[in-house]
Amino acid sequence: MREWHLKYRKIKNLLFHFTLFLAACAVIIPLFMVIQYVMIKGFNSLNWDFFTHTPKPVGEVGGGMKHAIIGTFIIVGIAGSFAIPLGIICGAYLSEYGRGKIAALLRLSTDVLTGIPSIVIGIFAYLLVVVPLKQFSTLAGALALSIIILPVVIRSTEEILKLVPRHIREAGLALGLPRWKMIFFIVIKGSRSGLITGVILAISRAAGETAPLLFTSFGNMYYSTSLTNPIASLPVQIYTYAISPFDDWQRQAWAGALVLIIIVLGLNLISRLIMNRQQLGFGRRK
Amino acid sequence: MKNESTLKNTISGSLSQREASLFNWAPQKQDQFVFASMRVLSTFVILILVALMVMLIKTAWPVLADQGVKFFTQSIWNPVDEEFSALPLIYGTMITTFIAVIIAAPISIMVALFVNEVLPPKLANLVGLFVEMIAAVPSIVFGLWGIFYLGPFIKNTLAPFLKETLGFLPLFQGPSFGIGVLTASLILSVMITPTITSICREVFKTVPAMRKEGALGLGATKFEMMLLTIVRPSFSGIVGAIVLGMGRALGETMAVAMVIGNQPQIKASLFAPAATMASIIANEYAEADSEMHIAALCGVGLVLFVLTLIVNLIARSIVWNYNRSSK
Amino acid sequence: MTETDNTVLKVNNLNVWYGDFHAVKGISLEYQRNTISAIIGPSGCGKSTYLRCLNRIHEETPGARAEGEILFQGENILSKMVDPVRVRRSIGMVFQKPNPFPGMSIFDNVVVGLKLQGIKKKNVLMEHAEKCLQKAALWDEVKDKLNRPGMSLSGGQQQRLCIARSLAVSPPILLMDEPTSALDPIATAKIEELMSELKKEVTVIIVTHNMQQAARIADNTSFFVLGDLIEHGLSEDIFTNPKNKKTEDYISGKFG
Repeated sequence: MREWHLKYRKIKNLLFHFTLFLAACAVIIPLFMVIQYVMIKGFNSLNWDFFTHTPKPVGEVGGGMKHAIIGTFIIVGIAGSFAIPLGIICGAYLSEYGRGKIAALLRLSTDVLTGIPSIVIGIFAYLLVVVPLKQFSTLAGALALSIIILPVVIRSTEEILKLVPRHIREAGLALGLPRWKMIFFIVIKGSRSGLITGVILAISRAAGETAPLLFTSFGNMYYSTSLTNPIASLPVQIYTYAISPFDDWQRQAWAGALVLIIIVLGLNLISRLIMNRQQLGFGRRK
Repeated sequence: MKNESTLKNTISGSLSQREASLFNWAPQKQDQFVFASMRVLSTFVILILVALMVMLIKTAWPVLADQGVKFFTQSIWNPVDEEFSALPLIYGTMITTFIAVIIAAPISIMVALFVNEVLPPKLANLVGLFVEMIAAVPSIVFGLWGIFYLGPFIKNTLAPFLKETLGFLPLFQGPSFGIGVLTASLILSVMITPTITSICREVFKTVPAMRKEGALGLGATKFEMMLLTIVRPSFSGIVGAIVLGMGRALGETMAVAMVIGNQPQIKASLFAPAATMASIIANEYAEADSEMHIAALCGVGLVLFVLTLIVNLIARSIVWNYNRSSK
Repeated sequence: MTETDNTVLKVNNLNVWYGDFHAVKGISLEYQRNTISAIIGPSGCGKSTYLRCLNRIHEETPGARAEGEILFQGENILSKMVDPVRVRRSIGMVFQKPNPFPGMSIFDNVVVGLKLQGIKKKNVLMEHAEKCLQKAALWDEVKDKLNRPGMSLSGGQQQRLCIARSLAVSPPILLMDEPTSALDPIATAKIEELMSELKKEVTVIIVTHNMQQAARIADNTSFFVLGDLIEHGLSEDIFTNPKNKKTEDYISGKFG
């Protein structure tokens, strides 16, 4: 009787392990397939023209996405220059002075902003910038992306700075430094790698966003750097081509997807490398 | 000796000059200024959120004032006739999210267990890294894959199979062109699995090895050990992970927009095209001209905002309670 | 106000509360220039609390309140009118746990106090850094690797780095809060060695839970119990001929 019960448990165990294995395959295999599919199709579609040319007239074969790649750099660059310093300062405020109503409200706002779907943020940027200017623009897109970057940087900054032990701060004050210098030149400066990691992750997320740009920076088939006119971006260009009926455009969409993945995942991996290197540095202490 | 005294003079000179290079204020005043500035900037961020909510409500007001509650209960969304009701879109969002979570949740938990407990550590880290990387892949890439691979696959392979086996259910009736609720739900489930898996992995890792070995030492099989010492105690953590995955599915725009067909309608069949709140905004906003159309889209955006807000607050409180109870 | 010409710091009736808890009870002491004064006593008796008032770093602990007078250069540094930043430039502190600033090299750590006060000239900083590292008995060990991270040093070296860092801003008084309690005996000995040279330039007030250390290095010793000053005087008097029974009990190991 007991033996049978034991066998039953063992069979359950085996079945369970088998199910786990199946589940893992069910997930990992499709994900692997997606990436592999995209990479192969993208790689086959990639050529030098892709990076050096702007689009050819509709229907013609050839051309590239140079304007879109540059556009993404411009939009993300503007968004970052606004959101990153602001985010670091607010994150520092939360970690160094974190008590009181404003700090609590800021934390709540950051949580809410992180969870808002990016398309709703796009609507906000539209209402704020596109409506007054009466046209789509780089600035509108940059505003949308900066609101996406901001809460991520605030949160990661607060977490990283909180890791600095209290006695480091006291040692800074004990040298006769005013508090703000201790915060900026010792705590923040000393947490450089952690902060950069958070920033890179935020940027990589923003670079891959399509939805909020659809009706803010809108997209452009021509090369443009004007701040008050529509501008192309890599994700939007991919989308435009993907839903088009033209084979060559669809091919270029794949190429764009590959480049986008490389940029986004590349930044992600770099940030992990920086984080690991810093942790290794701490490990050397005797 | 001369250097020594010059040094002393330089230093004491600087000390008495205060921060001649920066502000010429007393340190206390400097600190007050910096503190005040940081508070102002923080308030600014809070105001961004407030402005967002205010402008959303303000722009959506015409359609809400015009229709009131009917905006949420009627089922016509027709830009041409200027008839707007959010119900088909709410339906689209709910059904795709629901199916995605039903599929993704158990699988993600199992994958988390598999990676943490069954795989050897080095392989576990690799696979874990792979899963986390997937979470970073932009939505549009999934959409692309959806249009050109998953869509045709569903049309040519999966749909006929489901029709043969389960075709008696109204869920699987009607023609499938590869674009519709099912495709969108499947893509969503693929996209939220890494999120749920990663969080579950973190939660599972907090179980101390001693507890697991204790169960094994008592003669439990690995399956029993996992259930007893990992899954059951981490229950609220798992729920939190699922809720966060659900939050992500609710807001997911591009991948869904590209494979759901964008027809605001409520049909029983999973093969039918539909539209979600996020996808309708993505598809129509750029060309929306009339005040009512934009108001309606903003109304939809408002519903989406409130929905994700509630879900995120629930997730936040679950995580908070979980952290409190496990300390 | 100053009794002798040699008094560099005078504490008058210092009382400190943490919320309702009376941690330091009406202590008055004087400190002479270029001496090492030790504060000993059983744990939790207010030694560190007392020390932290001397450079007003007690204000960093929420709920801490100090009353009384601490006279330095003719001013009561506890007064609200006095900027703590100014106080701390003249009264430095070395902490129990060695804490070189993260993300900074050894050189940067030493000169950070100077740089942030506006001294930017490379050669001035370099000279000064060398001098301070020598006073901290660390120069020979690090002169070839000034650009390595401060945190790559051993515990004892890190603490000497912190001493050099504090010396760099030339404070006349240096407070040390159990500076060797986190170090091994050899590192401890190295730091005790440099103390005798150190006192030629600064006045040291050191809290230590190790009374042998106090006997070894300090000219004067104060004995605290539960926030009260029990006895104080020349170290040799305290350790060989204590006047108070409690002191005698503590020194002979009967409690603490």
